Amino acid sequence: VKISFTYFLRSQRRRIVCLTYLLGICYLPCAVAANPPDAPRVILIQNATILTVSHGTIEHGSILIKDGKIAEVGSSVKAPKDAQIIDAAGQFVIPGIIDCHSHIAVDGSVNEGSVSVSSMANIAEVLNPDDPDIYRDLAGGVTSANVLHGSANAIGGQTVVIKLRWGQPASRLPFEGALPGIKFALGENPKRSNFRIQSQPQRYPATRMGVEETIRAAFTEARDYKKAWDEHNKRVAAGQKNLIPPRHDLRLEPLVEVLEGKRYVHSHCYREDEILMLLRVAKEFGFKVRTFQHVLEGYKVADEIAAAGAGASTFSDWWAYKVEAYDAIPYNAALMTRHGVVVSINSDDSEEATHLNQEAAKSMKFGGLSHEEALKLVTLNPAMQLGIDKRVGTIDVGKDADLTIYNHDPLSAYAVVQKTLIDGRVYFDRQHDIAERADREKEKKALIDKQKKAAEKKAEEKKPEARKPDATVTIGQKPAEKKSQEKKPEEKKPEEKPKPPSGAVTQDSKVTTLQLSVSGGAL
Amino acid sequence: MLSGRSFRCTYAVFGLLIVALLLTPPSAVGQGGEPRSFAIRGAKVVPVSGPPMESANVILSHGIITAVGKDAPLPPEAWVVEGKGLTVYPGLVDAFTDVGIPPAPPAGGEGQGPRRATEPARGPEDRPSSTPWRSGADEVSLTDRRIETWRSAGFTTVVSAPKGGFFPGQAAVLDLDGERAGELVVKSPVAIPVSLQVGDRFGSGFPSSLMGVLAYVHQVWLDTDWSTKAQAIYEKNPRGVERPRYDRTVAALADALEDHALVLIPGNNSIQLRRALELVDRWHVTGVLYGGQMAYEVAPEIAAKKIPVLVSLKWPEAEKDADPEDQPSLRTLRFRDLAPSSPAALSKAGVKFAFYSSGIAAPKDILKAAKKAIDAGLGPDEALRALTLSSAEIFNVADRLGSIESGKIANLVIADGDLFEEKTKIKMVFVDGRRYEIREPEKPKEPPKGDITGKWKLSYTTPEGAEESVAELTMEKDGTLSGTISGKRGTTSVISGYLSVDKFSFTINLVLDQGATDITFSGTFDGISLKGSIAVLGLSLDFTGVKPTKDSSAAATVLGGAQ
Repeated sequence: VKISFTYFLRSQRRRIVCLTYLLGICYLPCAVAANPPDAPRVILIQNATILTVSHGTIEHGSILIKDGKIAEVGSSVKAPKDAQIIDAAGQFVIPGIIDCHSHIAVDGSVNEGSVSVSSMANIAEVLNPDDPDIYRDLAGGVTSANVLHGSANAIGGQTVVIKLRWGQPASRLPFEGALPGIKFALGENPKRSNFRIQSQPQRYPATRMGVEETIRAAFTEARDYKKAWDEHNKRVAAGQKNLIPPRHDLRLEPLVEVLEGKRYVHSHCYREDEILMLLRVAKEFGFKVRTFQHVLEGYKVADEIAAAGAGASTFSDWWAYKVEAYDAIPYNAALMTRHGVVVSINSDDSEEATHLNQEAAKSMKFGGLSHEEALKLVTLNPAMQLGIDKRVGTIDVGKDADLTIYNHDPLSAYAVVQKTLIDGRVYFDRQHDIAERADREKEKKALIDKQKKAAEKKAEEKKPEARKPDATVTIGQKPAEKKSQEKKPEEKKPEEKPKPPSGAVTQDSKVTTLQLSVSGGAL
Repeated sequence: MLSGRSFRCTYAVFGLLIVALLLTPPSAVGQGGEPRSFAIRGAKVVPVSGPPMESANVILSHGIITAVGKDAPLPPEAWVVEGKGLTVYPGLVDAFTDVGIPPAPPAGGEGQGPRRATEPARGPEDRPSSTPWRSGADEVSLTDRRIETWRSAGFTTVVSAPKGGFFPGQAAVLDLDGERAGELVVKSPVAIPVSLQVGDRFGSGFPSSLMGVLAYVHQVWLDTDWSTKAQAIYEKNPRGVERPRYDRTVAALADALEDHALVLIPGNNSIQLRRALELVDRWHVTGVLYGGQMAYEVAPEIAAKKIPVLVSLKWPEAEKDADPEDQPSLRTLRFRDLAPSSPAALSKAGVKFAFYSSGIAAPKDILKAAKKAIDAGLGPDEALRALTLSSAEIFNVADRLGSIESGKIANLVIADGDLFEEKTKIKMVFVDGRRYEIREPEKPKEPPKGDITGKWKLSYTTPEGAEESVAELTMEKDGTLSGTISGKRGTTSVISGYLSVDKFSFTINLVLDQGATDITFSGTFDGISLKGSIAVLGLSLDFTGVKPTKDSSAAATVLGGAQ
């Protein structure tokens, strides 16, 4: 969203921050990407209440992790000798939370908003592994996030699913094997008829009709482009020589991938009419919409969404922050679930992402989802929507050991994340973090003092000081051979002011230098 | 620039010269007396390509180093420089700058441009902010005062490129010596710098984000490749084939690549550096990274790819007017602390690297910044190499410069001690065998009487008529002056100046028709007003200075009407 929803969230931030502090999930102002934590090959989490999401709850259970994968889950798992033990007595383990709509870890703007089709831009190329929001979200139990381009244009940039491997380089963030996506946006944000972005000129489209036309035009181009390449390849295969190939077009290639089913469409939307519009356009061009994002009126067209096989990723209880969000209701997630849509709750905001567990819990109050159904909204369902459910989303043998450990039931308001693991590595450890805070503050203070001192010293040096006599350079002719006619240059004594030449204009040394300089090679 | 060639002679000749000067425009002065052959005798010589030599001779002839060594014979025609107590280094190289190239004139249409001139760029095809056809070599201007200031700090050579945009232009190797702009060029083009800075492109359309810029640059390289191939196929058999369209941007890039130009890719922090390494592969170019200040985190990865790095010597530090309440992150603090250790890390990992001045405005600070790298673990000999031979190697000109070897271009720096010691002074610089003595800013001899600080209205009459300008002067306790002078010819800073008892002198440099010109104001300060003469281009003009509040109608008189 970023354009308007984030504005709204900012205004709400104060409230949210206070709430967050009360809940004990603290901001970590000096978080620093440390070296990735060492991963013991074998880890045993024991004595925990395990919420598997796929097959119920195991009390006093254990999870054995080997080489980053879940090797055993149950109530009677034996610890191998070399296993590192994490005792989770009284604690709750859930599959790591998956945020289906995030804008963290992006270097630079999340919008290439200058054009209505910015499919050439790729979030995967500008991942910022040093973004402290990665760590903050880890501290909120998130292990994977769908990092999306903003919603400034009808067809936005390419998107990527990441694991929150804090401390690893950008190349290690993407979720291996997850299909890439592309962001679409419908409604107010791409049409921009009700607001103006200061830095950008007004551009087409300015209506919902125009948004539809923009998408259709782009896919028409993409279809032609694909055809041109297919024909070219056919002719090359037939042995034709000296053919000028079509020009590679980075804007159209991702759209061809959408047509070929190699790239997911994640579409920002609000209103029922625009949701149905995109479903019609997709049907016409033969591609699928993988998820509708926000989809606040999704409950009105839940059957159509379910029939199209699209997922819906929505907010728990945000509404009325702009006209197109007036019809939003907190029952949205539950209603769509009841109509057979795979639903997830997303954050769209780095702070919101720190308490997605609570956001999911709201659907138990509004709409009466079961404990497990609510938990699915932030674990298995987003995994299914992102096509990564074979790897993550539940606690099952063979899946990635992406796990979050809470001190209470995660759907309780008292739940605070104790540890977050990705690939069997502890990337967030609350005790550890608290213990290290003093050290970080100490280091910070020492560096500030050191740099302040250096700056003061530099300022000192700038002040004038007494001058020392210079060494001089002697230039002379080699005495032996050529003594005769040429002028013998005098010693250079910078400090000595030459006497004025007889009768000439008043001179001081500067003037002399100037005159000589200008004369240059005239001698 | 002519003015650097200061040269001593007897006053009799000097007197004649002034007469000659008044009759002849300086730019027309031909080349005379300066010898083309020098012998530096008995100096410590640091060739960089080999071990230092004590008490050795360096022989220069017609712009070339002809002999180096303890026993190198002194040719009879050579002028001898006594080298005792002096150290001779190869001329320093600033590996990436725009010294010598004045800021771009407002360009007439960039790239392909948008379909309609008034429209902002609507996609990569409009070639936003791209001028890769601009040639650093062709845009050299002797009016750039930095040519002299850089040279005075020991830099004989720069790798210079135009600035601005994603593809600003082509870099050339320049020697900072020449009568005419073109003579500075040693090799061109040597590199195509790429910038990924979105900058202040507000309202100018695509691209408006880092990812947009990356997409744009990817597309340009793809188009360059496609265009070259398509054109070749078309030339073979144009009949019945739609012609590939000419595109100035890709045509210029294709030509430069054919000339084996390197592609300079930005990368300062570890994220950018790792990204730049990937870009080298993706773009299929011979890449060199520039920035490199967080290389302490990624040096081994750079080494594995065998890609050279140009390290910016403008080390990160707190902004001067930063909000004191605004605490930088620990990561930023660590970066400021560790950045100067990057060269040592690169050296340890075996990466070839060179230094460049980046945004450093005063060239004397460049060596100070290099010293910081030494203090952070870099060997002094390696630091020197990064300022000389390594640059030459990276830009494929080590066959002609970068070290003191027989046969190379006679670019030398002569200092009275170790180059990286703060008290060391550069005494002389040779560029292409031409000798430049280093002008020291003038210092007051006696303590000042009174304070000259403040705003002054200066009145004088030039051959073009009566003029006024405003001087804003600031005086240090010891009488050293700084400040600015503004008038109808522009605003410029005081290069050097002083007040000694009641005598003042300050010098500015302005670009006049004749090129960059020093102008010196000198005279007497009586506590209330200034009175003296302006020395410019061989003229001497009387001037008076008063505080602006007072009536300044006292007309200036013309004295030195030369024309």
